[in-house]
Amino acid sequence: MSILVNRETKIICQGITGKAGAFHTAACIEYGAKFVGGVSPGKGGTKSEHGLPVFDSCHAAVAETGAEVSMIFVPAAFAADAVMEASDAGCSLVVLITEGIPTLDMVRARHYLDEQGTQLIGPNCPGVITPGQCKIGIMPGYIHKAPGQGAKNVGIISRSGTLTYEAVWQCTSRDIAQSTCVGIGGDPVKGLNFIELLDMFQADSETDGVIMIGEIGGTDEEDAAKHIGEHITKPVVAFIAGQTAPPGKRMGHAGAIISGGEGTAGSKIAALREAGVTVADSPAQLGEAMQKALAA
Amino acid sequence: MKVHEYQARDLLTEAGVPVPASSVVETTDQALAAFNEIDGMVVVKAQVFAGGRGKAGFVKLCKTADEVREAATFMLSNKMVSVQTGPEGIEVKKLLIAAAVDIESEYYVAVVMDRSRRRPVVMVSREGGVEIEVVAKENPSAIIKQWLHPHLGLLGFQVNQLVAALGFTDKVQAKATGKVIRGLVDVFLKYDCALAEINPLVRTTAGEVLAIDAKMNFDDNATFRHQKLLDMCDPSEEDQLELRANKANLSYIALDGNIGCLVNGAGLAMATMDIIKLHGGDPANFLDVGGSVTTEGAIEAFRIILSDKKVKGILVNIFGGIAKCDTIAEALIAAAKEIGFDVPVVVRLEGTNVDRARQMLKEANLDVLIPADDLTDAAEKVCAKVA
Repeated sequence: MSILVNRETKIICQGITGKAGAFHTAACIEYGAKFVGGVSPGKGGTKSEHGLPVFDSCHAAVAETGAEVSMIFVPAAFAADAVMEASDAGCSLVVLITEGIPTLDMVRARHYLDEQGTQLIGPNCPGVITPGQCKIGIMPGYIHKAPGQGAKNVGIISRSGTLTYEAVWQCTSRDIAQSTCVGIGGDPVKGLNFIELLDMFQADSETDGVIMIGEIGGTDEEDAAKHIGEHITKPVVAFIAGQTAPPGKRMGHAGAIISGGEGTAGSKIAALREAGVTVADSPAQLGEAMQKALAA
Repeated sequence: MKVHEYQARDLLTEAGVPVPASSVVETTDQALAAFNEIDGMVVVKAQVFAGGRGKAGFVKLCKTADEVREAATFMLSNKMVSVQTGPEGIEVKKLLIAAAVDIESEYYVAVVMDRSRRRPVVMVSREGGVEIEVVAKENPSAIIKQWLHPHLGLLGFQVNQLVAALGFTDKVQAKATGKVIRGLVDVFLKYDCALAEINPLVRTTAGEVLAIDAKMNFDDNATFRHQKLLDMCDPSEEDQLELRANKANLSYIALDGNIGCLVNGAGLAMATMDIIKLHGGDPANFLDVGGSVTTEGAIEAFRIILSDKKVKGILVNIFGGIAKCDTIAEALIAAAKEIGFDVPVVVRLEGTNVDRARQMLKEANLDVLIPADDLTDAAEKVCAKVA
């Protein structure tokens, strides 16, 4: 088992003929993901460099290929529209890699997707991977360990890309495999969040524990902490990035900013610890902390 | 992105929000001319991004030409120092000369993005003129909120409820206040604000409703579609190193410590600062080189880090995903030749093309580079070097 995606998942890429879209589609296919086509307006009827059929619209792509998931590499100014198109075309999950999308665009797009019942991962994220089966996004595949290859399996949920790789690597090095890793992205308004994903991992028989990586800004981690205290029985290990970040400064990610006294690492860590979560002081201790939590 | 108070006022005026008569000036003579034109008491206000102007003496109520001359001369020839500027202070280049009004009561009106509800929220309070964070903490029920529908915006009945919550009963004043709220929401949506705030909104003794001070922050992701905002941008108010980094597609923020950091990814960059602190060190900066970093970009990153003279050591922490370790290794070798490192550089590389990168660094045989096995090892080594 796994959550969200597996080896059967049929995927298209919006922006498949762009540089980043083409490059990462190739890497995903190489990993084993089942890509069935792509979208690039004006290039319908051609084949991509991967030999996949290219369509002018998502609707045509979904109708012809039966795709369930779209991976989006469309430039920021058009990305929100691309997400809504994928939703209307019938994709049940959209993975939005693009960064730099205006927040108000995401407010509108997310509302549209909620009304249609479409799930969204991102934006400004590395994507989602079920090791050994399916990779949709830009994470390096080889650092992961597929379920069955390690002593236990953990799910990973993270607002940061490279920090996720760090956590994955520490787990893999300690013989802990990953059921699914989801980069939820660094933007203030996004799709799937800690709470929904924690519930999915809680329900997944293959997942033994969860690592969540948060950062300064907003109150998602505080909300997640409350939820964990009430609903999650599997061990959860966390790290919150930005303990030393100054207030009022946007730390790279659009969502990583302490404003009006809200969104500090201290508040998040305290809430998580109160909910029984093991919060690592150092980003280098995530694997070790998970190992201990799984043995307990 | 931020704009000055006078620019925020212009955007409000454009949206039909009434403000007191005012002019923007750059010299004492211009300030006196503005005073004569307004023909009454004025408030002279320094136009800087930093808060704490009042306490620093950079907002002055003036009754006479002599007082205006004195205030303007003082503000234009002295640096303003407040809690928000740091001890070195900031230069004031522009002043706003605004007609003073007789205030009967003060209110707070703002629109801000509510992240957990994923939509903008309008917040109003009868406790205007003070810091809203303090009100939020001590008397949260004094702040009344209405959320914008993602597609429909603020609805008519919501405006009415906000106006009623502010206690306006006079029909004309209530209508004027509703217009202010609608105007502020229009500005927020039209220009992709992150925050649009009027504090205070006042009712004058004559019964007028006026916006006295305004503050706006904009979504950096959306400025590409607002030429008007880009034209308002004041690069002299920005940190020069941050601007330079921006041009090279680097995300850089200067901090107070002495350990320079070069990292890929915002989360890992923050975590690197954290682990330095955890091992007793102090980071000099946040620096995310991004995923599509080039060798030239990384060399520029080293130049920026080294132009901070506080830096006594550098920690390079790369977990290659899209960014490749060999690109960073190439930049390290080139930077060592071109700029020359006069401080130790601890290097931790992992991920894409790491073996090739390690080989390159080994062959380059640079004394100044100290390899680290993992994150903890790297933090310990760099902290020991600068201690």
